[in-house]
Parts: sequence; C-alpha cells; structure tokens
Amino acid sequence: MTADEPLVIVERHPARHVALVRFNRPKQLNALNGQVMDELCSALEALDRDDEVRCMVVTGNERAFAAGADIGEMATATPIDMLQGNRIAQWDRVRRISKPVIAAVNGWCLGGGCELAMALDLIVAGEGARFGQPEINLGVIPGAGGTQRLVRAIGKSRAMEMVLTGEPIGAGEALRLGLVSRVVPDELVVGDALALAATIATKSPIALRLAKESVNAAFELSLTDGLAHERRLFYLLFASEDQKEGMAAFLEKRDPDFKGR
Amino acid sequence: MTQPEYTTIRVDVAGRIAQITLNRPDSLNALNAPMRRELLAALKAAGRDDEVRCVVITGEGRGFCSGADLRGGAGERDFRRALTDEYNPLVRAIRDLPKPVIAAVNGVAAGAGVSLALACDLVYAADSARLIQAFVRIGLVPDSGSTRVLVRALGRHRAAQLIFSGDPLSAADALAAGLINGVVPADELAATVRAAATRLAEAPTRAIALAKRSINHAEDASLPDSLAMEAALQELAGRTDDHAEGVAAFAEKRDPRFVGH
Repeated sequence: MTADEPLVIVERHPARHVALVRFNRPKQLNALNGQVMDELCSALEALDRDDEVRCMVVTGNERAFAAGADIGEMATATPIDMLQGNRIAQWDRVRRISKPVIAAVNGWCLGGGCELAMALDLIVAGEGARFGQPEINLGVIPGAGGTQRLVRAIGKSRAMEMVLTGEPIGAGEALRLGLVSRVVPDELVVGDALALAATIATKSPIALRLAKESVNAAFELSLTDGLAHERRLFYLLFASEDQKEGMAAFLEKRDPDFKGR
Repeated sequence: MTQPEYTTIRVDVAGRIAQITLNRPDSLNALNAPMRRELLAALKAAGRDDEVRCVVITGEGRGFCSGADLRGGAGERDFRRALTDEYNPLVRAIRDLPKPVIAAVNGVAAGAGVSLALACDLVYAADSARLIQAFVRIGLVPDSGSTRVLVRALGRHRAAQLIFSGDPLSAADALAAGLINGVVPADELAATVRAAATRLAEAPTRAIALAKRSINHAEDASLPDSLAMEAALQELAGRTDDHAEGVAAFAEKRDPRFVGH
C-alpha cells in the first residue's frame, strides 16, 4: 500500500441508490486512527449530501471490520494530547449522518470498531464476526461510546461482562443479545448488506431520515417526550409529496415511486 | 507442503487425502497433551491445504483412541481448563473443517476417543471395534461433545443407558442405532475407508464444505432459519466452478471432473 492510497474506498451503486464505504487498511486490521475516521466521515458526509444515494453500507475486509484504534498512536499520549486530538468531533460527525448506514461486519470488530458499528444504524454480521471492547486489557476503557451504546444494545449485565473482561463475543451470541440484526455466511455479508440497503433505498428518503431520527431519539428522551417527538415527525411527513405518493400507490395497488420531496 | 515434526501422530497426504494416524499404540492412542496439540495443528493444516480434499482420522495398533491419558500429570486433572482449551477446540476444529472428515475406528474407542470419532462427519468401524462411554467407570461425566451427539443420535433414554452404565457398544450395535455409517471386517477397514475417502476427494469439496456448514447450522436451527441458511449457502455453491462443471457434465452426459472449488 502506498502512502497516498486512500484509507477509505467508496463504491457507488447508482442503479440501486446505495453506496459501499470500505476501510482500506488491511495490514492494521483497519484500525481506526484519526486519518481513517476523518476519511470515513468525509465519505459519509459526501454521500449524505448526494441525492442519488439513499442508504450506505460501511464494511472492512474478510479479516476485520475494524480492530480498534491505533495503539501506537496513543501509547505515550497525555490527556491533553487526547483532548486536542479532538477525536470526539469525528464521532459526532458520524452521529450527524442523516441517511441510514448499515455496518457489514466480518471478522474482528473490536474497540473503536465495535463502537463505530454500534454508532451506525444496524449491523449485518458474518458467522465468523467477533465483537468486543478489549480496552480494559490496555488499562483504559472504551472512549467512543462503548460503555454507553453497548449497555443500551444488550443490557447491563452482559455489557458489564464484556467491558470488564474485554472478552469478545461471537456472531451467534451477538444476534441473541440483539447487538446485530442478522447473521449470514461470511461470504454474503457485504452482498446481503447491500441488498438490505437497496431495499431500504426504495423507501421515501424523507421518511427514512425522520424514522432514523425518531428511533435514535428513543435513546435520548423520556417515553412521553419521545412519543411527542415521534408524533410531530409523523405529522410533518404529511407535508411531503412522498406521503401522497406512498398512500396513492397503496390504494392503487402499485409500487410507489418516491422522489424524496 | 512440508509436514511439521509430529511425535504422537502421523500425517500422510496422498491423492488429496490427509490421513491423520494417532500414534501412541502402547496406550491405545490415549490423548495426552502433546497429542492434543499435534492433532489440532494437523487438523488446521489439513483445513488450510488446498491439495487436501478429504481427511481421515484413525489409530495405530489395536485401538482407535482410549480417550484422555489417565497416566498424565497434574495438568490432566485440571479438567475444565483442559477441556476448554484443548479437547473442545479439537471437536470444533473437526466440525469447522471445510472438508469431509472420516473416522476409521480400527479398534476400541473410549471416553473422549468416542467423542473424537463421533465429531467426524462419517464414521466407519472395524467389526472388532467397541465404543465405550468410559467416563462413569472413573466417576466422570461425558465430555468433548459426547453428551450432545449421543442424545441426538440415540435419543435421551438410550443415551442415558450408555452413559450411566459405561457398557461398551459393539460396532454392530452402534451401526444399528444410527450412530455410525458402516461396519466391516477389521482387515477391510482401511480399504473401505480409502474408497470412501477417494470418492470424497473427487467430490465438489466446496459444495461439501457448504453442506457441512448447513448440517452444523441445522442441528441447532429452527426450520425458517435452516431454510434461510440453505438459501444463502446455495447462493455460494451456485458460484463455484464445480457447479458449472456439474451442470456441463450433466448436459454432455459425461462424468464431472470436480476441482474442489
């Protein structure tokens, strides 16, 4: 790999309105250093602005989705180095992506990789995928949402065990625990994630955006506030052409043609 | 490919078949710690070697495998660690090996030796062979997967009878119970297994590996999950050269020449 080869490769599938974003740091098992995160965020933001794209898939390679952060980058860091590195800003950029993003996970999905997969909207995993937060083995803790998103995804006791021992779990257990939405043979992970993305991409882009926002609000709001928020978004959609088209198509027993307006 | 230096097993690769021979005949091939390590290494090597399309496991001398080595040191008494770290990975390695694995049970199999044989995909036994759930004789419980495979193959009550009594099961009875695939006179076992292995070594290996995954999955799956897994694996099988060759050979009314991928 040459020095100027991109660390993130974007592959567009315009006919299906989806795009695949692939980490390209195989020797480091796609470890998420600042530059990789920056390229990932830039790629996702560009796709988020692109009207031809309605859903994205993020993947690594067959060995690793992403295996943590660059330990070499952090080994001698001071708290001020970490603060000024401003990595949190990059993770906030991931959160602000408005279109659905699927994590297609093969192999190792550890530390920052697991945190990233959880920060995306849903996870399709290969049978050989392994999820873990091994930071405790390095004398630190997850620093990009690992303790917060994991407990919301799988509950306190199991999250505690993973975070306190650093032991990874397999795809089957991840499915049972609700961390991932489906497990498929390793070889089909990217294809199935793209097919799922293509299915999602047939829906109204406006409805997708508000649906994602509303589901994510469930983590932030009380039930009363969440229900009120959901209702407002629901009402808002009746201002869209896509709502008219969707309901007309239903009544006319035909497929809708959503324009994102 | 050069073979590592094994001291407790022999590995002979010929005609796309890797035969692993447990080679401690003085102890009826008891699984001491070196043998457990070497057997695991040999299974993994056979899995990686593209020239190998079928694996045979057999024993040197009068026995197939007499199970754990009761003459071992203190390490052998740390049952939980030994099982978790050494025996169970052997069973997993056989089940995960993407090639057919045949057990040629040439003589007595006892304890974990039975587990080893029954972990294989196909089991052929000499008529003189006996399977002994020996655990109860020394105040232990079945391990290395014996419980599960016996319950599934025999049903709960016949499994309990064998496990609680420790009485040997003759090869003929094992065949009648559906636990193994064939029984032949002892002096014909090698030729019988060789013929079966040769046939499998010429089979579409990738398809067989995918079918093995489907079988592994089906053992624990609901019907809807098993149907979905079959469909996914068929997609993969449908992409193989051997599938194309099989269809072409059928159309041309000739025997297929499978390359294994």
